[in-house]
Amino acid sequence: MANTLKKVDAVIVGFGWTGAIMAKELTEAGLQVVALERGPMQDTYPDGSYPQVIDELTYSVRKKLFLDLSKETVTIRHTVNDVALPYRQLGAFLPGKGVGGAGLHWSGVHFRVDPIELRMRSHYEERYGKSFIPQDMTIQDFGVTYEELEPYFDFAEKVFGTSGQAWTVKGEVVGRGKGGNPYAPDRSNPFPLVSQKNVVSAQLFQQATSALGYHPYNLPSANTSGPYTNPYGAQMGPCNFCGFCSGYVCYMYSKASPNVNILPALRQVPNFELRANAHVLRVNLDDSKQRATGVTYIDAQGRELEQPAELVILAAFQFNNVRLMLLSGIGKPYDPVKNEGVVGRNFAYQNMGTVKAFFDKDVHTNNFIGAGGNGVAIDDFNADNFDHGPHGFVGGSPMWVNQAGSRPIAGVANPPGTPAWGSAWKKATADYYTHQLSMDAHGAHQSYRGNYLDLDPTYRDAYGLPLLRMTFDWQDNDIRMNQFMVDKLSKIAQAMNPKSIAVLGKQVKEHFNTASYQTTHLNGGAIMGTDPATSALNRYLQCWDVHNVFVPGASAFPQGLGYNPTGLVAALTYWSARAIREQYLKNPGPLVAA
Amino acid sequence: MNRMLIATLLMGTGLCAQAAQPDPKQVQQGEYLARAGDCVACHTAKGGKPFAGGLPMETPIGTIYSTNITPSPEGIGSYSFEDFDQALRRGIAKDGSTLYPAMPYPSYARLTEADMQALYAYFQHGVQPVAEPNRDSDIPWPLSMRWPLAIWRGLFAPDAKPWQAAQASDPVIDRGAYLVEGLGHCGACHTPRALTMQEKALNPQEGEAFLAGSAPLEGWIAKNLRGDHKDGLGSWSEAQLVQFLKTGRSDNSAVFGGMSDVVEHSMQYMTDADLTAIARYLKTLPPSNPNDKPHQYDRKVADALWHGDDSKAGAAVYIDNCAACHRTDGKGYTRVFPALAGNPVVQTADATSLIHLVLKGGTLPATHTAPSSFTMPAYAWRLNDQQVAAVVNFIRTSWGNQAGTVKPGDVADLRTSDMRQTSGDDLGQVTDH
Repeated sequence: MANTLKKVDAVIVGFGWTGAIMAKELTEAGLQVVALERGPMQDTYPDGSYPQVIDELTYSVRKKLFLDLSKETVTIRHTVNDVALPYRQLGAFLPGKGVGGAGLHWSGVHFRVDPIELRMRSHYEERYGKSFIPQDMTIQDFGVTYEELEPYFDFAEKVFGTSGQAWTVKGEVVGRGKGGNPYAPDRSNPFPLVSQKNVVSAQLFQQATSALGYHPYNLPSANTSGPYTNPYGAQMGPCNFCGFCSGYVCYMYSKASPNVNILPALRQVPNFELRANAHVLRVNLDDSKQRATGVTYIDAQGRELEQPAELVILAAFQFNNVRLMLLSGIGKPYDPVKNEGVVGRNFAYQNMGTVKAFFDKDVHTNNFIGAGGNGVAIDDFNADNFDHGPHGFVGGSPMWVNQAGSRPIAGVANPPGTPAWGSAWKKATADYYTHQLSMDAHGAHQSYRGNYLDLDPTYRDAYGLPLLRMTFDWQDNDIRMNQFMVDKLSKIAQAMNPKSIAVLGKQVKEHFNTASYQTTHLNGGAIMGTDPATSALNRYLQCWDVHNVFVPGASAFPQGLGYNPTGLVAALTYWSARAIREQYLKNPGPLVAA
Repeated sequence: MNRMLIATLLMGTGLCAQAAQPDPKQVQQGEYLARAGDCVACHTAKGGKPFAGGLPMETPIGTIYSTNITPSPEGIGSYSFEDFDQALRRGIAKDGSTLYPAMPYPSYARLTEADMQALYAYFQHGVQPVAEPNRDSDIPWPLSMRWPLAIWRGLFAPDAKPWQAAQASDPVIDRGAYLVEGLGHCGACHTPRALTMQEKALNPQEGEAFLAGSAPLEGWIAKNLRGDHKDGLGSWSEAQLVQFLKTGRSDNSAVFGGMSDVVEHSMQYMTDADLTAIARYLKTLPPSNPNDKPHQYDRKVADALWHGDDSKAGAAVYIDNCAACHRTDGKGYTRVFPALAGNPVVQTADATSLIHLVLKGGTLPATHTAPSSFTMPAYAWRLNDQQVAAVVNFIRTSWGNQAGTVKPGDVADLRTSDMRQTSGDDLGQVTDH
């Protein structure tokens, strides 16, 4: 029997970006807030202490900051006709654990969103007609517009200390010839910091794409271009391009994280408490099932505790939010056969392609340096910036050189045809290690009827609860989009006059491979929208069915973006928090009539 | 609100010596003054209840423990105002014995009557009583006898005379002098002591030793606060000093060692007016060294490092361990990573603080207005004595810095059990919180 703790105003499940933002906003509103983080306490010091953190074996290979698969994992299958098996080794995606969550181990690419991707279905239907969208594609509108979110994008960038170059500010062009992105939507303010410097490979990409008539711009990066103090008084150091971002704690305090940018301010307020090693099992509902009474969790000593709260925020990683809703009986589970129910639907991912170019020894790319959010990109093929009509697929992709640092174990790439070991491999490594670059088409990914999340009927976690089951595979639209993008990337590579190129794209009928890393940008499963029949949350990320549960995170995205998701995740969380502060607290209840 | 509640409860239980209704404003003022005096720093044990005493303090003759100053029978609950005043300003406990001069009563001697009354009101009504008995010192007999302390008191402690402002001087500077020389007891650490342990000067009139920097204390030097550019505050503006005291950091410096606690528990609570007063007063102190000159930046070392020349002794160690933050030009990054070029801390005659920082690192305290707590990691595990000495000497002689060199033995002398060099197998990584 669980011991019941003293009731608080709000309990937050998970302490990554969304949990930290919610904690800051709700404590500012005067609420007594407890955040429960199932992983350990971790921070720049000692976890990111120099030089110990510069250790690829511990962090990248042995996955120090990532999900502990001995306690919990997901099961994966390609279709409803397959048997799902547990994901026993981290490969395709790397969920984080501990204080800071994915916000501690991310790279730092900090985009907004292309406005049309917030109204994906409406936009495609308007421009290309209803029949252009494949039958089994379940893309939807978010139910919120870029204009509504702009102030929250703006504030999130100030909190993150984002470096970049605006194209327009309040309608006035300021970024021409300076690295601004002409496809970017209008902004109310410039970036808080100027763009980071561009490494040689990014400069080569800039020259090649300019020569081809495209529009290169500086990637917006939450790695600082100089020292910074954010609106909370939290300070950041300057990025020194050490090349250890993704998968690491930043020892320079220069990569934005909940730990660096928000937690210091929360530590100064008496109405906030962070409990690490607190593993939430479920959200508790009252008899009506329309109201949450709090959460039940296991603490570090293994005790089962009940934390009552007026407000429950599910701020865990994407699929953990979905699983907690399923385990708690919040919202109707999705049934792909009947195409009914909402929790688990529209599970989407990223659709990435990569091309590497290898040069002669007169081109020095020094790709051992880098920064996770840094680089040069083009949006000429992102979102709907080009006519999809002749190509017959839905979705777009930014393309970039995002040189994040080639580390000694995994960072060695050689031209196609090089043996994987032996003296020929050594020679090629010596010849090419500092004379190559890598480009990506990041790739939006659409949602489909057959890609969804539910509870596994067989496998259970360390606490005896069903694991989450992913049913997921690449669809024809994905493959065709990927091949289009990789073809464009290859032409950009050729424009650099390399000695050779390596093309890593998807083949027709290719299946999702759990062993090959793509991104950790998982989306959907608890999506926002305007219709309770096709979304779990309303436009304020409030559960349609249980009004005092809010679920921020990429789990709310109805489909995957061309851009990296963190910027939209943060803006939506501030948007949701504002609605809680200004509307919900005054009059608790559904913010949108069902 | 809380304070009132506590006060009311205390009176209800009869724990309170003074039955009179306390003036909440006076209690609040007393709390502010107690912060200014940083009473909590010495009178609270690690992890203990505030003001309940028990903090060990090393003295040359043995360890003494701070006392319980909460309004409980074990503490000062039975003290009348006169008892309290005798202890604070004259160093005489209620039982007539003389306090160890670890209690800076020679500084407190100049507190005003009004401030004493406010402090008394706070310690009787604003502090939670704790039933924690005082702990005897570990000083062996006969040194444990206290009567010689009375002689010391007679010789070195000034008469308890309330502060008199110098005539026709700047009231802001006067206020600063009152805080620095009095309640702030800055000289307790920052003024050198004579063999007989008294501060060599309690104010500027008593000589140039006042606030001229201490001998090593618990492994740190309390630096010179006089006008010297090289190792004092000569190069600091009043605004920088205010920023430093309030937040533990300025554009080119960061607090460390014992001063971290002072910023965290005391200075950050001061009003801007009082911090300005302190800063303005400190800036009136002339340099100790009559030949003192401002720092002249020298580009030679920065240029050499920029061109890949690390032939200067210690340069390679510096590049590998320090340059990412403090940069090859020694200028650091504004408000984040302190400048080493021209930094008075790295140029003190005694290099103890710099060696200690390299060995043990340092953590910037989080303050209300600057909540980020940056940590410089420890290098004791990674660098041997020769390497530490080399990099310390490199820092002390580069970018125009002009300080004497240290020897590996100086480093060895400062290493304690928590500053050992390790094989690297444990990587010196601490994961416990």
